[in-house]
Amino acid sequence: MNEKKEPILRAENISITFGGLKALDRVSLEINPGEIMAIIGPNGAGKTTMLNIINGFYKPDEGRIIFEGKERPKKMKPNLIAAQGIARTFQNLALFTGMSTLGNIMVGRTMLMHSNIFSQALYWRFSQKEEIEHRAAVERIIDFLQIENIRRTPASMLPYGLRKRVELARALAAEPKLLLLDEPMAGMNLEEKEDIARFVLDANEELGYTIALIEHDMGVVMDICDRIVVLDFGEKIAEGTPDEIKADPKVIKAYLGEAGG
Amino acid sequence: MFYRECGNYKDTYAKDMAIFPIPLDRYGFIVMLILALIVIPLIATDYWISSIMIPFYCFALSAFGLNILAGYAGQISIGHAAFMAVGAYASLILYGRYGIPLLPSILGGGIVSAAVGTFFGLPALRIKGFYLAISTLASQFIIQWVIVHWRWVSGGVFGTVEAPDMQIFGWALDTPVRKYYLALCIMILLITIGKNLVRGQLGRNWMAIRDMDYAAEIIGVNLYRDKLIAFAVSTFYAGIAGSLITFCYYGAANIEEFHVMVSFALIGMIIIGGLGTILGSFLGAGFFVLLPIAINQSLGAFMDVVPSDILSNIEAIIFGGLIVLFLIVEPYGMARLWHTIKDKMRLWPFPY
Repeated sequence: MNEKKEPILRAENISITFGGLKALDRVSLEINPGEIMAIIGPNGAGKTTMLNIINGFYKPDEGRIIFEGKERPKKMKPNLIAAQGIARTFQNLALFTGMSTLGNIMVGRTMLMHSNIFSQALYWRFSQKEEIEHRAAVERIIDFLQIENIRRTPASMLPYGLRKRVELARALAAEPKLLLLDEPMAGMNLEEKEDIARFVLDANEELGYTIALIEHDMGVVMDICDRIVVLDFGEKIAEGTPDEIKADPKVIKAYLGEAGG
Repeated sequence: MFYRECGNYKDTYAKDMAIFPIPLDRYGFIVMLILALIVIPLIATDYWISSIMIPFYCFALSAFGLNILAGYAGQISIGHAAFMAVGAYASLILYGRYGIPLLPSILGGGIVSAAVGTFFGLPALRIKGFYLAISTLASQFIIQWVIVHWRWVSGGVFGTVEAPDMQIFGWALDTPVRKYYLALCIMILLITIGKNLVRGQLGRNWMAIRDMDYAAEIIGVNLYRDKLIAFAVSTFYAGIAGSLITFCYYGAANIEEFHVMVSFALIGMIIIGGLGTILGSFLGAGFFVLLPIAINQSLGAFMDVVPSDILSNIEAIIFGGLIVLFLIVEPYGMARLWHTIKDKMRLWPFPY
């Protein structure tokens, strides 16, 4: 159980600068297979920047990313990184608003579909079979996240909480090896938070996904995560299990300020 | 009342994903097919067939091509008439000068147009919105200029290439009805293919690019490839439509028929008809092709009272006014209006 496994993703000495601002300064972190890892920190600490680097949205100025033991080339396009098996959700929703819930989730499977344009044009044997197979897989995810009733609703008509859930569904549909969630519970009420927390745990335990998430709700983070990395002003100030983080004086200082410590 | 999903149970995904999952829609479509294939050729006059229905089909096809690009993939093109011209000239040259059979020539026109369109789609990899609009507007003028000034293509500064008599397998396409069938069959075939494309994986990728391009890329959509495919498919449709309208209606490729105003009309068609819908392409083409004729006919009664130059101005004013009116009534186009009507029918006789 406790044997040391090779991490699925290792980021080494990542630095990135925007204009004059050093958003990340030599941050290293590891994500181990099968765990739920949280990245926390005050606003502007560089958490989302870190996720953006992991899935290739930004290119780091320095440092390297090793995914499944292979170093990532410097300029790799995000869609190829997605093809390697990294999916994510966004902090401020990025659903395809003109499409139905079903369409949104089907887009999540685009990398797993292989019929070419001519076969699709005729919608013949292979293409139709593939379409139906993936539809069935999407239905399983819809069932898992309990969004059957909004299957055909355009994403633009969904309330905020459900949009977040559809976005999670879209990321799950890609069957990623590593799932990045950027504030999956932001702006939700207690009940919705509990639902999402349950889905995250189930995705981890039942479906076996490795998850890295950013979240501001400390209660949730402490409850569901195996390991926590704390960032502050672009630097990693602590790493460990929830209990270790709770007791870490540096973390307390970052969150509560000097006097509070 | 008459139009319901109720009691229409689907027990396989294949049935759920059919083009017309609701029976009434299916019957409606079959009725339209019978109308187009049998009734119209039987009852319509030659004038109706060759100067109204054939242009209507060709513009619907071209509008659908533009709809793939603008309505589904979210990339604008203000140079679509130029791609119709490319298809028209290419297929005429293939057929008339090199003696390649008619159908391969028309296909060739589409392919040449797609190649040119893909080239002019390259800026879309880096720019979007208004900037892309301007760069495609440039494509209109570049293509126009090249066609007029490249003697090998246009055979002189008039930019006109005559269409020879058409034959398929030795069977002459000389009457309007035969030309009508040629245009109709190719149109139906291509619309079916297009429908399959937009409801499949490629269509979803296009819509994802349209709605949120970075999210699409993060989930694994190859932005560059799929944008270029959208340009290729869209201009392929434009090329086929251009070559059909030249063979079946104009009778000669003339650059004046593919002027920038035609490009604007095509954009008008998809906006009035409904972006991102197939029905909208037809409604929009109908609006732009049939409505001016209808206005003209109905104003004919005033011919004796009002001078004809004022009458033609009134025509244009009414047409422009109707465009504005439709956009105010339903900004999402006539296709959305149709959906609203269907929703109302579903709930009838109760208002909600």
